[in-house]
Amino acid sequence: MSKHDLNPAHPASHDPAHGTFGGYVIGMVLSVLLTFASFGAVMTHVVSRGVGLATIVVLCVVQLVVQLVYFLHIGTARDQRANTGIFVCTAFLIAVIVGLSLWVMHNANVNMMPMQMSVGAAMAHE
Amino acid sequence: MTTISINPAGGHDAAHDDDASTRTTVGFWIYLMSDCLIFATLFATFGVLVNATAGGPNGGALFDLSYVLGETLLLLASSFTFGLAMLNLYAGRRTRVIAWLAVTFAFGAGFVAMEVLEFAKLVHEGTGPERSAFLSAYFTLVGTHGLHVTCGLLWIAVMMHQTFRFGLTGVIRRRLACLSMFWHFLDLVWICVFTFVYLRGFL
Repeated sequence: MSKHDLNPAHPASHDPAHGTFGGYVIGMVLSVLLTFASFGAVMTHVVSRGVGLATIVVLCVVQLVVQLVYFLHIGTARDQRANTGIFVCTAFLIAVIVGLSLWVMHNANVNMMPMQMSVGAAMAHE
Repeated sequence: MTTISINPAGGHDAAHDDDASTRTTVGFWIYLMSDCLIFATLFATFGVLVNATAGGPNGGALFDLSYVLGETLLLLASSFTFGLAMLNLYAGRRTRVIAWLAVTFAFGAGFVAMEVLEFAKLVHEGTGPERSAFLSAYFTLVGTHGLHVTCGLLWIAVMMHQTFRFGLTGVIRRRLACLSMFWHFLDLVWICVFTFVYLRGFL
């Protein structure tokens, strides 16, 4: 019984969901480099505000992809297609929730808040 | 006896077990994606409220980036060591699986400890969640992630015991596969946290 338990049900090389030691090392090294690049770009103040924001967003997305591929083994292999499809749908939903919330609330702030007006002045107008 | 009853290992049962295992991991992945939506709404809330500081300090005045970098590296290291535990699981080396789970637990516990200290310091200095809408959103988002990591730690401890007790059976493999996805997923969420909560506050 215990001998059977020690044998994997299927060899690792046949299952893309399992990953390899090399894969985990690549994922780890890339993640560390991308993390240091993100913190470095902000902490050293080498880039301007707009460029800095674009830089950290791009580095964030790249690191997400790196970890999805090397740690979570998301890909186009047959076993992984269901997971990948579900993930793409979720990514779309996240983009809608976050993107449109920020857009709607930004417009509400810009168009509906009389920022220059004091409470008294706003009430006197009605 | 227990081992036999929870492990339907046999010639033609292996394929069936594999099928059930794939279904379980896909189902667990769907749970993770719904968890993702919870974090998405919390990120959206934070994004909307990030400038609502009510005259209090903003992110740039509160956070210490080198401290956050330390937290990030701890969580990343724990994600990697969990990968090593999974590789040993596929190779059928039970003792090493438990050892790497222990290392993962240590890194994860270090992360949670750093976060608790950070929260305690903020609250102690009068910048707790009640100070401004920005800080409410910050504590909710980062606290929810920390709570997930704490649950993950509990799960790791349980799985270390189960692996020790029952060996690398089909059930244990399936549970560890789910835990592995959960743990890597938390590192993914943290990437977004340090980018959009911490680094963004300094730009």
